[in-house]
Amino acid sequence: MSAKLSLGPVLFNWKPETWRDFYFCIADEADVDTVYVGEAVCSKRAPFYTPHIPDVIERLQAAGKKVILSSLALIMNAREMNELRETVGDADMIIEANDVSACALLAGRPHTIGPYVNIYNEGTLKYFTDQGAIRVCLPVELGRTAMTALLKDTPAELEVQVFGRLPLAISARCYHARAHMLHKDNCQFVCDQDPDGMELETLDDEPFLVVNGVQTMSHSYQNLSAELAEMQTMGIKHFRLSPHSIDMVAVAALYRQVLNRALSTEEADETLQGLIGDVAFSNGYFHGAKGVDFVLP
Amino acid sequence: MSNTLELVCPAGTPTSLHAAVENGADAVYLGFRDETNARNFPGLNFSRKELAEGLAFAHARDCQVFLAVNTFPEAGNPGPWRKAVDDAAALGVDCVILADIGMLDYAATHHPNLRRHLSVQASASNPDSINFYVDAFDVKRVVLPRVLSIPEIKALNRQIDVETEVFVFGGLCVMAEGRCQLSSYATGESPNINGVCSPAAHVRYEDEGDRMVSKLGDFTINAFAENEAAGYPTLCKGRFVTGGKTSYLFEEPTSLNAASMLPELAAAGVTALKIEGRQRGRAYVAQVVAAFRRAADAVHAGEAVGDLGLQAITEGQAKTSGAYNKSWR
Repeated sequence: MSAKLSLGPVLFNWKPETWRDFYFCIADEADVDTVYVGEAVCSKRAPFYTPHIPDVIERLQAAGKKVILSSLALIMNAREMNELRETVGDADMIIEANDVSACALLAGRPHTIGPYVNIYNEGTLKYFTDQGAIRVCLPVELGRTAMTALLKDTPAELEVQVFGRLPLAISARCYHARAHMLHKDNCQFVCDQDPDGMELETLDDEPFLVVNGVQTMSHSYQNLSAELAEMQTMGIKHFRLSPHSIDMVAVAALYRQVLNRALSTEEADETLQGLIGDVAFSNGYFHGAKGVDFVLP
Repeated sequence: MSNTLELVCPAGTPTSLHAAVENGADAVYLGFRDETNARNFPGLNFSRKELAEGLAFAHARDCQVFLAVNTFPEAGNPGPWRKAVDDAAALGVDCVILADIGMLDYAATHHPNLRRHLSVQASASNPDSINFYVDAFDVKRVVLPRVLSIPEIKALNRQIDVETEVFVFGGLCVMAEGRCQLSSYATGESPNINGVCSPAAHVRYEDEGDRMVSKLGDFTINAFAENEAAGYPTLCKGRFVTGGKTSYLFEEPTSLNAASMLPELAAAGVTALKIEGRQRGRAYVAQVVAAFRRAADAVHAGEAVGDLGLQAITEGQAKTSGAYNKSWR
């Protein structure tokens, strides 16, 4: 099977029309095979764009994309639990579990598992593939060594995030609200002011992380363009681009060309750097280094 | 009168184990001296021989011993984790505290009679997750992640049929446990894989004359004026800048103290109280365990929980009740 490009779920709080138009644009123009749609970060955001989901799915499917419904990573109350059960009730869709509760609800039917479920080793991977998982997007801190071991003997297709800020932590507490001196229950949805996350610097003015509501992400953008060929050889099947407010059609085109050996990594990185602006790349996790590191080939 | 709350206490070393047992622990929890547990710090934890001695000491005094095997085995190298569980069974520990699903599966299959608790590192925060662990691996107790408020814990306990254990004192993760990669992003070492967070080997203090800077990896985590005590640079307790404002955005350098909430936790159906602090010394463990013994006994007798007198040992740090109060979020 040739390498597949996927577009992860939008992790940020975009205006509903922006969110809808983004997916319409992806449907019409982006060279990606799979598109994940749905809320993984904060259940309070979903109601705003939920009315657009049917249109978005229809447009993506009409354009030949495989659509997978993403689900919430941290489920803490009855409302979130019931929403998950409702999502799972949609038997026509493949669903990405991002919490063990979703894995349990999806057992016995084909589903995928996202990077928020701790699948670190072959024992856990086998348990979930026995339960019906067909594809697993690995936790972000797993690198080459773990990938090789996991690929040895599994019926599942493995997916790796190759582009975009890394989801590093999730919390009950909303740091966006906290930064604005608000509480989560009355957050006024201030996270919508930062379409790629709110930048967090050290006291020495060094960019470090970004805050995305209850989620904390890397400031750097993961970029595994130089590692694509090695991962393809290893047997990784799906390469995930995590959406940002930049031109994701162009990002997808760059990764596709590198996958097809039609563009050098150097050329791709130069264009990518132009797209993301003055922000560092990282690929350290893949190489068993600090996640923030960018290891040159 | 309410049910007695079981007191589960930290034992980073054999001396701390003795201190916990002698001061009224119902159970102590500990780990082997390697990456199989989430407090893989230099100078801590137990050899097999030390565990055997600790078991004899604790069991003779009617105290249980729980073994934490609560990191996530490295792909391709399950040996050390499986051996930890095998040895736990052979030595006769009262339960293993596990987080990884592969390990739960292994333990349930190979040691069905070895009691299993679900570690906080599994981050099981809702009834469907918890019921999954109970149904699939016959887990007898779940250590709840520190993301839930007391009303949520109460509601949760109504929907599950398994014991719950909650943290009441000590260090506080502000992120969902087991789902935080901040440490490995900055240092390459993580709680899930290496059993360490913000590890000391990556910490530096730089004296810049007018200020003392604490660093983790290459990142400044905090800076202190000459008259300020320089705290340890745990990543999520650092001072950072967002929107031009400097703050402890994630959390102040506080620690958890839920002593005043014990009656509510008991009423919420909690079985056991957990004290964090396997990295702490004998004196700390003795004092905290004794204080919570008094508190748990007071709750059992229906009496008020008085001031526990623990201010002196918590280094003047601020105290929080964390997520137990919903406004913390």
